[in-house]
Amino acid sequence: MTFRKYLVLVGVMFFGSVGDALLSRGMKDVGSISLNNLATVILSVINPWVALGILFLLVFFAAYTTALSWADLTFVLPATSIGYVVLTLIAKFYLHEQVSVMRWLGIVLISAGVGFVTRGPALTPAPENKIDVPETVSQAVQQ
Amino acid sequence: MKHVYTWGAITAIVLASVAGDILLARAMKQIGDVGALWRKSGLFAVVGNMLRHPLFLLGIVALACAFFSLLFGLSWGDVSLVAPASASLTFVGNAVAAKFFLHERVDRRRWTAALLVAAGVALLAM
Repeated sequence: MTFRKYLVLVGVMFFGSVGDALLSRGMKDVGSISLNNLATVILSVINPWVALGILFLLVFFAAYTTALSWADLTFVLPATSIGYVVLTLIAKFYLHEQVSVMRWLGIVLISAGVGFVTRGPALTPAPENKIDVPETVSQAVQQ
Repeated sequence: MKHVYTWGAITAIVLASVAGDILLARAMKQIGDVGALWRKSGLFAVVGNMLRHPLFLLGIVALACAFFSLLFGLSWGDVSLVAPASASLTFVGNAVAAKFFLHERVDRRRWTAALLVAAGVALLAM
């Protein structure tokens, strides 16, 4: 893992969690969506919070697909879940929200999970492409 | 009834997210290291390769379904239930699906990580 790759993982973490937060802020303005009025879903992208959230999620998507091109899915997902921890810490120290004991316990579990997975290999080694061809067959092919 | 709608949306989010993640991961492995490809052939080649890959496009469709299910879910239920519940179930679903469909080596370390993160995300909702 190079520094550039760690930077990509940080990008996945940051833009994903902030993008989700922006979306949920915007959907509170839009209000309940009825199945009879599906146009509201499409129109919800006009809301500036939703639009900014979508922009953040596009950057998240670019970083995410880049990470998936050189690391396993089961590595990328837990490794970038530290974003939940960062969001809770922002909520506690910048937004002065009350963070319960259960939430602190959740943070400990997520951090432990991230610690576990990032100490292992990022990619499953590709299987050997060598196919055992019986000698008689390979001789027949050569002839 | 709203409760049923909320959990229906959560189920839809999880199924669509897992399908999308698996399809994208498969496509990106076949395309290869994006950084190396970018240096060699430029950004347009990278974007072109991705947009021409059928699995990538299918993955986008699945993730779009997950996105709209999330919008529905957020409008029906509390964000503190919908977001952590769908995220933690997606973690576990992805670990199972990656083992069977992507043949990733999901060893004890990765299972533990997926379960710890899923449990942690669920606790954040409390």
